[in-house]
Amino acid sequence: MTSERYWTRVTRTENIPPQEGRSVTIGGMELAIFNLGDRFATIENQCPHKGGPLCDGIVSSTVVVCPLHGWRFDLNTGLAVRASLPACVTTFPTRVEDGIVLVDVGHGSRIEPEEAVA
Amino acid sequence: MKKLVVVGNGMAGVACVEQILKHRHDFDITIFGDETHANYNRILLSMVLAGEKSAEDIILNDIDWYQDNGIRARLGVRVEHIDRTRRVAIDADGGVTPFDKLILATGSNAFIPPIPGIDKKNVHVFRTLDDARVLVAKARKGCKAVVIGGGLLGLEAARGLQLRGCEVSVVHLMETLMERQLDPAGGAFLRRKIESLGIRVLLPRQTQALFGNGRVDGLRFASGEEIEADLVVIAAGIKPNAELGRKAGLEVRRGIVVNDYMETSDPNIFAVGECTEHRGQVFGLVAPLMEQGKVLAAAITDNHGPVFTGAAPAAKLKIMGVEIFSAGSIDESDPAVEIVRYEDPSLGIYKKLLVKENRLHGVILVGDASDERRYVQWLREGTDLAPHRRHLLFPPPTPDVGLEVAAMPDSEVICGCNGVSKGTIIQAIHRHGISTLDQLKERTRASSSCGSCTGLCQQLLRAVAPEFQEETRTTLCSCLPFSYEQLREIVRGQQLKSVQEVLNVYGNRKGCEVCKPALSYMLDMLWCGGHDEDRSARFINDRVHANIQKDGTFSVVPRMRGGVTSPDELRRIADVADKYNVRMVKVTGSQRIDLLGVKKADLPSVWADLGMPSGQAYTKGVRMVKTCVGTEFCRFGVQDSTRAGIELERRLENLFTPHKVKMGAVGCPRNCAEATVKDIGLVGQDGSWQVVVGGAAGKSVRKADLLITVETTEEALEACELFFQYYRENGNYLERTYDFVERFGIEKIRKETVYAPEAEKQKLLDRLQRSKAIAKDAWLEREAPVNPTQFVQIQPLENNLV
Repeated sequence: MTSERYWTRVTRTENIPPQEGRSVTIGGMELAIFNLGDRFATIENQCPHKGGPLCDGIVSSTVVVCPLHGWRFDLNTGLAVRASLPACVTTFPTRVEDGIVLVDVGHGSRIEPEEAVA
Repeated sequence: MKKLVVVGNGMAGVACVEQILKHRHDFDITIFGDETHANYNRILLSMVLAGEKSAEDIILNDIDWYQDNGIRARLGVRVEHIDRTRRVAIDADGGVTPFDKLILATGSNAFIPPIPGIDKKNVHVFRTLDDARVLVAKARKGCKAVVIGGGLLGLEAARGLQLRGCEVSVVHLMETLMERQLDPAGGAFLRRKIESLGIRVLLPRQTQALFGNGRVDGLRFASGEEIEADLVVIAAGIKPNAELGRKAGLEVRRGIVVNDYMETSDPNIFAVGECTEHRGQVFGLVAPLMEQGKVLAAAITDNHGPVFTGAAPAAKLKIMGVEIFSAGSIDESDPAVEIVRYEDPSLGIYKKLLVKENRLHGVILVGDASDERRYVQWLREGTDLAPHRRHLLFPPPTPDVGLEVAAMPDSEVICGCNGVSKGTIIQAIHRHGISTLDQLKERTRASSSCGSCTGLCQQLLRAVAPEFQEETRTTLCSCLPFSYEQLREIVRGQQLKSVQEVLNVYGNRKGCEVCKPALSYMLDMLWCGGHDEDRSARFINDRVHANIQKDGTFSVVPRMRGGVTSPDELRRIADVADKYNVRMVKVTGSQRIDLLGVKKADLPSVWADLGMPSGQAYTKGVRMVKTCVGTEFCRFGVQDSTRAGIELERRLENLFTPHKVKMGAVGCPRNCAEATVKDIGLVGQDGSWQVVVGGAAGKSVRKADLLITVETTEEALEACELFFQYYRENGNYLERTYDFVERFGIEKIRKETVYAPEAEKQKLLDRLQRSKAIAKDAWLEREAPVNPTQFVQIQPLENNLV
């Protein structure tokens, strides 16, 4: 069965400036959508450390840095980068169609850090 | 004593003499040079043209060096003839200098293609310091400059002219830039990079004529196409300057023919450098010439031993931010040659290795030449690549950069330009008690030519020198391997206006949360607010002009100059606190009021309802001036500190600084508003003000240093402005004034601010005024947001999952 029904039309691409993120609440979930220049990426908005709003972090390449305490997450995998503790956030499939950003909120995926190490 | 005459005062000749001095010898040495300058580093001429270095910076041996070593320098004197039977050199002044041994180090000349009109005015070659000076004088802003020749020198000259403000085109005969060093794919990568710098590249173009009435006006190509030119630089290659050898009857083909001991066909005459031809090869790059010098020095002092066996060609482009390296043979027509390649067009990285029978045969690196020395070593030593096959294009990760140098054998050459090995450096450090990079350069010459081994030399010093003094400048972060000083130079010199531009050309293109805000600050400061602001490079506080709190809400602190408010303002603050359910209203330590727990989406309307300007409590910028009531009310006050403080705040507000700047003004030495522990403080005395700087009462506690004592309030305010702008221009990002003052020393700061010559003071004040004229209350963005969702929460177009 296809996952078509989960793709949610979120916003026009120009509403998220390049290298910045914006939060949006869909289906009760708070997500952070980032404009990476050549594509968009979506993760859950809450930093697993102290709940910081990841959408407000500085984005460099594909890494976002939490504005509260500087935890870093790879937007491709959701895994914490160079963290003292293993951590991750959920990532969501994201695509652009006719200038609209679409997020598949039903197919979030998490790579548990243990898995990544193995 | 035997007489040694050296004809040629360039890098090869003098380096060779330096090697001779290391041997036991009994030569009485005379060096002739037809340029009037002491020996300078020709490799760095393009940096003189670009204004990155001065003529003095590239001097390798100053006049003292000649005297100290008992060498007669005949500068500006050209040797016209060598009489081999009488063993004398005859110079243009008619002077006759006898010799027992003679070294020809006459270098090379620019090749001037036989194009009609090439003798017109404003057509120049680029070969000597004098050439560079002429070009600097002629390269005016907006001048249309055309460089004929898209090789190493042509491209470097083009960039230099462009940095002088010229509109530059590079015209090249071939389909590929640097075609002797690059393949077509590598050339295409280079072309994109050069074009991204704003230089026009025209390929392939055969220049048929230069036209213009006396002065050059333009070029005509074989296709009939024409382009305009006010200035033309010929960089079409070099040819050995072998004329003197030819006239003396030595064997000369393309260059003066030498054997493996650098002897010419006359056993008393040697030759070194670009004028030579060895086993059919001529030379145009510095490293093999240094090697030749060593061999020659041994042979001429009767220490025959080392021989010169030729050199694999290696070339490196010296344009800051454009990494190009090529070595060995790039000819892939041999069927035994395997190609290993990597390319990343968006990063502009292209790497290609030519491998033959498991040995490195040639290498091309574009965009990332960090691995260059590994390949040079493989080429030189003919390393069997079998064990390295998995790491040909990228080295296996080293956990610690220090290990890289620790793992090198003592014989490995660290400085390729001057042929200095790791072992030589370590010996020199121990023997001469070297503790700085400058001493190391002076003693061993390592890192004194192109500078690409500076990092390695520093690592060695750190590891080996007991008293290594780390350069005070620190690197910003690993994205941009430059110090703050260097970065300021680069941004200013290269006219870079945006964070991404700096990262693209000089960094890893990505940046990080450390360098992006630092660069944002630097650009804003250097261009006095006239840069291309990129909000994505700023911390969230500077995107929404409020201080993010632990729960993701924000705190709002309106400006309340000098800590003075009014019943009206207080009423509005109270109303805002009610209307937006502000969780806490707090009086801050800086005599202001903080509204805590405001949602991002409410910020614009909160600011509008307050009707007060931003207090900049969230940023690295001007916070406030804390004041006491001074003469206005206090019975002890001797100065009007309230008014002075308010005026000071008004003059500096809305500006950014390396770190936050908190100020204070007190009306008497009782110091009630704690001015002596502020970044800038005014301390009122009877009939004067003390201006104090570098105080702190935070993480560290430090009493401020006295900058100056002045009579009038206006003088005091000006002293504050001078220090403030000086700190803005010289402080490193995130360096508080109390660290800055200690790093620079208050004496130096005084000398360069309040006690500086009037003209210097005026320049500081002018730059401050220019920044101030553009600076705005950030909260006005409530009416003109920089993007439609700066403050508002995105609402999904559909929400069918609710």
